[in-house]
Amino acid sequence: MKAGPGIPSILKTAFVNALIALVLFSLMVGIRTEAGASGQLTYWTRFGELVSLVAAVFGGSIVLELLRQWIGPTGAEKLVPPAVKSGMSFIGRYVAAALLIFTLLVPVIFYNQRYILDLAILVLTYVMLGWGLNVVVGLAGLLDLGYVAFYAVGAYSYGLLATNFGWSFWVCLPLAGILAAFWGVLLGFPVLRLRGDYLAIVTLAFGEIIRLVIINWQELTGGPNGVSGIPRPSFFGIPLDNSDDGLAAKLGIEYSPTHRIVFLFYLILALALLTNWATIRLRRLPIGRAWEALREDEVACRALGINTTTTKLTAFATGAMFGGFAGAFFATRQGFISPESFTFQESALVLAIVVLGGMGSQLGVALSALAMIGGFELFRSLETYRMLVFGMAMVLIMIWRPRGLIGHRAPTVYLTKANAISSDLVKEGHG
Amino acid sequence: MDYFTQQLINGLVLGSIYGLIAIGYTMVYGIVGMINFAHGDVFMIGGFIALITFLILISLGLTAIPLILLVVLLVSMAITALYGWTIERIAYRPLRHSFRLAPMLSAIGMSFVLTNYSQVAQGARVKPIPPFITGGYTLHESTDGFVIQLSNIQIMVVVITVVLLALFTWLVSRTRLGRDMRACEQDQTMAALLGVDVDRTISMTFVIGAALAAVAGLMYLLYYGTVDFFMGFVAGIKAFTAAVLGGIGSLPGAMLGGLAIGLIETFWSAYFSVGYKDVAAFSILIVVLIFMPTGLLGRPEVEKV
Repeated sequence: MKAGPGIPSILKTAFVNALIALVLFSLMVGIRTEAGASGQLTYWTRFGELVSLVAAVFGGSIVLELLRQWIGPTGAEKLVPPAVKSGMSFIGRYVAAALLIFTLLVPVIFYNQRYILDLAILVLTYVMLGWGLNVVVGLAGLLDLGYVAFYAVGAYSYGLLATNFGWSFWVCLPLAGILAAFWGVLLGFPVLRLRGDYLAIVTLAFGEIIRLVIINWQELTGGPNGVSGIPRPSFFGIPLDNSDDGLAAKLGIEYSPTHRIVFLFYLILALALLTNWATIRLRRLPIGRAWEALREDEVACRALGINTTTTKLTAFATGAMFGGFAGAFFATRQGFISPESFTFQESALVLAIVVLGGMGSQLGVALSALAMIGGFELFRSLETYRMLVFGMAMVLIMIWRPRGLIGHRAPTVYLTKANAISSDLVKEGHG
Repeated sequence: MDYFTQQLINGLVLGSIYGLIAIGYTMVYGIVGMINFAHGDVFMIGGFIALITFLILISLGLTAIPLILLVVLLVSMAITALYGWTIERIAYRPLRHSFRLAPMLSAIGMSFVLTNYSQVAQGARVKPIPPFITGGYTLHESTDGFVIQLSNIQIMVVVITVVLLALFTWLVSRTRLGRDMRACEQDQTMAALLGVDVDRTISMTFVIGAALAAVAGLMYLLYYGTVDFFMGFVAGIKAFTAAVLGGIGSLPGAMLGGLAIGLIETFWSAYFSVGYKDVAAFSILIVVLIFMPTGLLGRPEVEKV
């Protein structure tokens, strides 16, 4: 192994880094401003924090440099021994099934732990959103930064229909999906001719437009106050409450509020699995193949006679529909929705889940949703630092594994044997 | 008519600020081919640094306003430029040859880091400053008492923008650095073969973009009198809209787009409704991209197989 730079050079790098950090943090951290009681700005100094931050950067750079020497140059092609490869594929085959069985048993195991059940419902909601967005981003390769708009359309569809007309959840659920899909097509039309980054920014603008309209159209949506008193879901018409008509009374068991939570858990699990099943089936249909072809190379797609217009529109509509389902579920679970739940941060979070999971991999998306939402919960006590950590994690993950956790592509069409290849080797067309 | 003229002035001032931010977007997009999502937050950081420098200078007992302004301008440009450089170094350079979504997501992450960093460091509340530059001119007073005002701060914003644009145009068209930047924009590999330090050129692009964003942040602070940690997001999207509207990659286009967005937003607020002004700006983006995907002054992108 080649000897790396010596101690003086490491110290020099660390010193320069610390100096940069000192300038960067000098005013932003060293001085704290606050508006006083009379509106007059006051400030006080925080040199202690400043010094400790700069010291942390100094120490951190030394550690980083040492690690870099021990690990060796990055970017080298990593060869995986065949034994490890077959072991990985063995685990890969059974981990999904094991995870599914465990998920099915969660309400049984944690029946008395309301907190865990609530968290599990939240995780499953994001798994469903991730799988829905995966159709657009992972399969069709269309970068969508405004996915939360469809989530909002679904939530408001159910919220408004249920509170104004008293329609039941089971009638509204398909309607929410259809409405969201309709909006997906509506968004799809203007962006048909756009590619890559333009597409991203237009979808972002679309998401913001939907949110701003919800805030401003007060007569319909209640504006910033949101919609409250959204009815809870019923067990196909039988309410889950403590009345004589309730499910508990009909079954002759003692009523417990946990019944509703467990029901919600299985409801979102079913919806998420529906999303997964539909995606897997669609991948085998011509339309799914067209999506994947579009992701790899749009020009080649056109040359082969694939209608890129319908291909893109169906991808948007399908992804949006699942977002709409998830939105309707969100509304019925919360009982209250407001525009605050549908900010750009949500879109970015779902997108981060999809990309971290390895775009196109269903299992990867589920695992990364678990990691992300679980990680968010771990940092709940550090309320204001949470998004800071989230942002840093996003940057670091991109540097460490730009292709996500499970970054391989299994071809859907093959001659004799499907060889999964690392997605690092796949060069995507700029579609 | 008087009302219209007044709104025209307001719109041009707002548009100047957007234009300065948009230049940062369009430069980076032209050279690296990525949306620097964190650029709006760099603008916000610039505003914060200007605010803090103001506070310190005033508490030191300085009273000469031109001197204060000059020092604030230089300090906030310098520190914000260092922010731009660091961001490129940490979040974008390792990903330069990665697949196309990676830098974009890294940029979104960086944007979250900057937003929440300033929230943690400086608190979530809006920070007001007392008006520094007061006074102005009454251009015209109509019979029904409506007055067209042109305030000194508005004049200052436009003058600084014009001066900076002239400087910047000179930099891009006449200096060694500008030539390197244009070379990297066309073909990075070829530029490297001909002895252009590509890494350094890209770093300098981020530094210049951040410095211009810092000026925009200072002007926003002076014009509106407040900064807060969230102002970078909306301003960033609008500036990007401006860059796309003008034709991304084109520098005069960015300024033109900035002015257009500023005017659209101001007139929409004046004649229709304030609540929907952002909706109007974003709808313009979508409409422009449908009918003119390359923007007003952009070159059509030819895709090769």
